[in-house]
Amino acid sequence: MAIGMNMDEIRVLAPTGVTGSGFLESSFEQGLAQKPHFIGADAGSTDPGPEYLGSGATAFPRAAIRRDLRLMLTGARKIKVPLLIGTAGTGGNAQQVSDMVDLVKEIAATEGLSFKLAVIQAEQDRDYLKRRLQEGRITPLFPAPEFDEKTIDRSAHIVGMMGVEPWQRALAAGADVIIAGRSSDTAIFAAMPVMMGFPEGIAWHMAKILECGAASAVQRKTPDCMFAWVRRDHFVVEAPDPSLRCTPQSIASHSLYENADPFKLLECSGTLDLTNSRYEAISDRAVRVKGSEFIKADRYTVKLEGAELVGYQSILIGSVRDPYIIRQIDDWTTRLTEKIHARVNMVFGDQLAPSDYLLNIRIYGKNGTMGPLEPVTDIKSHELCLIFEATAPTQDIANTIGGIIRHQALHLPIPEWSGLITAIACPYNQMERGAVYRFNVNHVLEPDSPTEMFPMTLFDVSGNYNREILT
Amino acid sequence: MTQLAELARLIRSKNAGPFELTFDIMFDDDETYQRVKNSGALSREVVAQCYRLPVDAVKFFYCDHAYAIKASIPRPYFQGDPRDSDGHGGQQYAPLMSIEVL
Repeated sequence: MAIGMNMDEIRVLAPTGVTGSGFLESSFEQGLAQKPHFIGADAGSTDPGPEYLGSGATAFPRAAIRRDLRLMLTGARKIKVPLLIGTAGTGGNAQQVSDMVDLVKEIAATEGLSFKLAVIQAEQDRDYLKRRLQEGRITPLFPAPEFDEKTIDRSAHIVGMMGVEPWQRALAAGADVIIAGRSSDTAIFAAMPVMMGFPEGIAWHMAKILECGAASAVQRKTPDCMFAWVRRDHFVVEAPDPSLRCTPQSIASHSLYENADPFKLLECSGTLDLTNSRYEAISDRAVRVKGSEFIKADRYTVKLEGAELVGYQSILIGSVRDPYIIRQIDDWTTRLTEKIHARVNMVFGDQLAPSDYLLNIRIYGKNGTMGPLEPVTDIKSHELCLIFEATAPTQDIANTIGGIIRHQALHLPIPEWSGLITAIACPYNQMERGAVYRFNVNHVLEPDSPTEMFPMTLFDVSGNYNREILT
Repeated sequence: MTQLAELARLIRSKNAGPFELTFDIMFDDDETYQRVKNSGALSREVVAQCYRLPVDAVKFFYCDHAYAIKASIPRPYFQGDPRDSDGHGGQQYAPLMSIEVL
């Protein structure tokens, strides 16, 4: 398929909102029949939480990712158009990218596929980050945690969120399949239209709609495909599944989802501004969008995401039915906390200071869901569920504290009863939760060039043979 | 007086990245949307009051094309932090449901 600067239309197929969440094969086949110029999907997000970037695990099971990837790879090779997959492995760190590349090579071998593969990494080197920090080129967004050299040293992984330029470099190199680390979801879809000179406002807005697959339909039944026609002064969006409808309202509403500001969306190279966007139904299933603008930024910035180990966790779930305990639950948990700290000190002595571990008690039936945001102060429930968490430097210490919590909570007395009470009901004993992580960066970095943080490697893949192309 | 939950087709909350929470109050049609918008029942100040935040901590938007009103606030704990109770931020909207609209 010829792609050139004089094109008047780019067609785009998004098989699904996240690789691994699935899509209907019938929708995908219909999408392919509409002759897209490329197929794009992300494979990650911060939404499942910091442990994926931190640990390298994936939020969707490998088998589910493999299923989606196999269909996308065979489909893209069948019609010979590029396949762009960003934020590999949920967090988009180096290990997660390499795991997905292994999967791609495995599928190529099984299916006998041949293609040029570009791999773009997004994991950031500690020394590079420290240098940019010293130069004052890492600045906070709002709200942001503290970020200094110690944060960099503590981090399990820090990734940069790439813009369109690293994708465009891979496309220009003739890549058929691109597997990238952390990327702006929209950049995956905007890269080719922007490269081909389509207006950036139109390209980025289309990208924003397509990056979530069928989520912008009136009623998405299951994760599924979305299709767009990008033209010089508008784009049209329609779901390949004939039972899915897009309306001006559903497409306009989509810019609200998971964005703090529904009109201004920040990217590396500028801001997508939807203030003047207009939405028009062109059938009962398709919508035309015009008027979206892209305002170039004065300085190019790359958002950083990082995760660090908090510790290892042991948890205990218990419940309380005694109205005497329920009516004094805050006082009871305060007394319990003191008892636990005292007992931990008896067991560990100077080996473990109170600041070395974290004790957290969640009270469901009171404010377990909303915590400090909960406006309701009186407890109306006849029972409460409590989750106790011990987070410590090792799993062994966490388990020990978990055992202490259970024993102390079981028998903590209240003034209304005399004699030994059993204060909580536990369906099971304390459980290991393993390593827990936290996000530790909400900053942007100003690089010298849009690609310096995102090195690319090219491979020739042919069935079970593959070889790095030295450039 | 009618409660906001009876007028909206969907009231939802969600993470807007790991550091902010966002609320979408969405209506079926322009008429209901305009009724709520013009009533003044839902404002930056009301959202701030609901979540006991200073007014300038709340971002607030009218989205005419989507027939929706939107507000965003900083998270009390960052997503996934040891004391965070709602990893996806999906169950933080309940206090908005009972806002009275004229």
